[in-house]
Amino acid sequence: MSNFEIVTRENFSDLTYLLEVHHPLMAKAAKPGQFVIVMLSEHGERIPLTIADFDREKGTITLVIQAIGKTTRQMQQECQVGTSLYALVGPMGIPSPISHAKKVICVGGGLGVAPIFPQARGFKEAGAYVIGVVGFRNKDLVFWEDKFRAVCDEFIICTDDGSAGIKGMVTAGILQAIDKHPDIDEVVAIGPPIMMKGCAEATRPFKIKTMVSLNPVMVDGTGMCGGCRVKIGDTVKFACVDGPDFDGHLVDFDDLMTRLKRYTKEERMALDHWEKEKGCRLQKAVDKTIAATDLR
Amino acid sequence: MREQDPAVRAKNFEEVACGYHPDDAMREAERCLICPDQPCVSGCPVGINIPGFIQKISEKDLRGAYDILTETSLLPAICGRVCPQENQCEGVCTVGQSLEAVAIGRLERFVGDTAIREGWANIPYIEPNDFKVGIVGSGPAGMACAADMAKAGCDVTVFEAFHQPGGVLKYGIPDFRLPNAVIDAEIGNLRKLGVKFECNTLVGRLFTIEQMVTEMGFHAVFVGVGAGYPTMLGIPGDSLNGVLSANELLTRCNLMRAKEFPSFDTPQPIGKRVVVVGAGNTAMDAMRVSVRLGAEKVYCIYRRSRKEAPARAEEVHHAEQEGVEFNWLTHPVAVLDDGKGNVRGLRCVRMELGEPDASGRRRPVPVEGSEFDFECDLIVYAIGTNANPIMGQTSQLKLNKWGYIDTDEGLATSIAGVFAGGDIVTGAATVIEAMGAGRTAAASMKAYLGIRDSALPYTSGSEKLFGIDLRERNFTRVRVA
Repeated sequence: MSNFEIVTRENFSDLTYLLEVHHPLMAKAAKPGQFVIVMLSEHGERIPLTIADFDREKGTITLVIQAIGKTTRQMQQECQVGTSLYALVGPMGIPSPISHAKKVICVGGGLGVAPIFPQARGFKEAGAYVIGVVGFRNKDLVFWEDKFRAVCDEFIICTDDGSAGIKGMVTAGILQAIDKHPDIDEVVAIGPPIMMKGCAEATRPFKIKTMVSLNPVMVDGTGMCGGCRVKIGDTVKFACVDGPDFDGHLVDFDDLMTRLKRYTKEERMALDHWEKEKGCRLQKAVDKTIAATDLR
Repeated sequence: MREQDPAVRAKNFEEVACGYHPDDAMREAERCLICPDQPCVSGCPVGINIPGFIQKISEKDLRGAYDILTETSLLPAICGRVCPQENQCEGVCTVGQSLEAVAIGRLERFVGDTAIREGWANIPYIEPNDFKVGIVGSGPAGMACAADMAKAGCDVTVFEAFHQPGGVLKYGIPDFRLPNAVIDAEIGNLRKLGVKFECNTLVGRLFTIEQMVTEMGFHAVFVGVGAGYPTMLGIPGDSLNGVLSANELLTRCNLMRAKEFPSFDTPQPIGKRVVVVGAGNTAMDAMRVSVRLGAEKVYCIYRRSRKEAPARAEEVHHAEQEGVEFNWLTHPVAVLDDGKGNVRGLRCVRMELGEPDASGRRRPVPVEGSEFDFECDLIVYAIGTNANPIMGQTSQLKLNKWGYIDTDEGLATSIAGVFAGGDIVTGAATVIEAMGAGRTAAASMKAYLGIRDSALPYTSGSEKLFGIDLRERNFTRVRVA
């Protein structure tokens, strides 16, 4: 089997899909909190994706992806079982320090639900009491509930419309857990920056250590370009080699969110270009078929 | 040597210097005095037999010239282009004392290009031994070390984190200075020596240096991962959109081919008015790339004067020709924002030269009240790099206080069998210095493994030794005989 071959694919919703990729060495090396950089094709861009799971026996790593930009949408169409990625490098970043905390809340929202799973499992294996809090827009988007329940002592689902679990954002879940357990040692939150900011603000009054996983724009992922620099307190860090996990109470989330908008215009252009190209290819295929039919 | 007209080349990524016509090369070669002191040879970090190969050119024996070059220089087409010859061989050339120095670099490139065009490769007779050597990083240091170890008969694997081999030659140096085709040709020559390249492999994280030695069966390892980690200025506004490192600009443009966006997916930050901070070779590359990407105005700002600029003289000259405006003795104090998180300008202060500092260069000091603003929308920092932290994070290698790998003179690290060289040991330097380090490490590695260093006794002298052609360079046959 060639490297980087896709062995399993699952569609969680119109937007979210799972890819399990063959890479035995990486499956052996990967630890919770690390990420990979993927290139779909030779013309592709390098996109960082957090490792959602790894199976050392099968020799695979799992990625859960949301089709939001050009590359992730193209991957949604083209990455089928049996196809291969052009490039896959990792595991990158410093593994999450699975501390000796006795009681932790693991929070995942949106694209952060999948990558919080190995952390929850890591804490469980380290003997902690794990409370899982995950957020989705509605009931239909919920995935991996069984997986989470298997490694969490308590599990809280939050949905925007209340169609599953409690109604509200993950911060509501966090507050509910803190209310019930006054002895929480640590909170780990992964998700969109605005959600992680919310989590950090929710725990700040309680002075509970809160770790977040940052996802800025990257090129190489090895500390070479500095595109992923983030403000942590008074210092500047590179998320790719100094992180991606940082103390959420020190992260300058507003700076991160501004920097994430850096290529919005170009992302739009790339998407339009791709859709136009795709249209052209489709048209050509149709023309060809018609021509073939005519001949007959 | 003929060059593309500045007005034309500022709009393309074709090579600036077109290379010698054979007649021009012959004429230039004849200027060499073949002087007995050979100052150029001692001026060369790898000690190329310069008068030797030049004499062959003037004898119209290009293959002979190539053979002499490849005795010591592994990658002549690359070195001829990117070596700072004016500080090395050409700087000490005897002709250069009264006239213009012999254009050694251009002649080297001429021979290297001819070899690529003709498909020449000097593959020596290699007797395989059972040693497995791992090289971390496929840049110039790694390439040089890989070539020497492969020639010595080892089974060599080069690991590269990017999806293509070549390191800084690929991601850093732009096409107009060093075309990718040249790098690929030289990498092809390494493959012919039996060197294997494994891309998409982040050593340290996928497996560690210690694992290479203990579990993976590598008898020796060379670490040439480069310095990486770009320095930011640490002034207000550093994190605004529109401020980026030269590494990022160049990697997007060269390796990811963002200049062809949206045919290639990686976007390129395009500035109308670009300020590049720094005056080294990387800074020159960043400026000239910006010109080609369509910037209306490109400024260079550097806190010292032109005399102290670390870039090759030719690069500064080329950048000037292409319309870059140099502001010497100018230092940035703050990046100005437009209120939406983007760059609006750069506040600078004029400097004057004071007393010499530790580096022997006169220390620039700010002139009070001389603050002024540049209007710009893109700011590129090319002010050097720090040590990449990955090796330190993932291995027990002893580091010095700046985070670079600590080695002895032979480039052995604190772990037995592991050697290191290039920017990760010395801090940012040149391609040829990195290659020199790769070769020094290879020599130590051979001594460590107990391999007879066949390269040593053959660097000069007769065409044949013990009746064996010099190109074969291996004692094994002598032992067998």
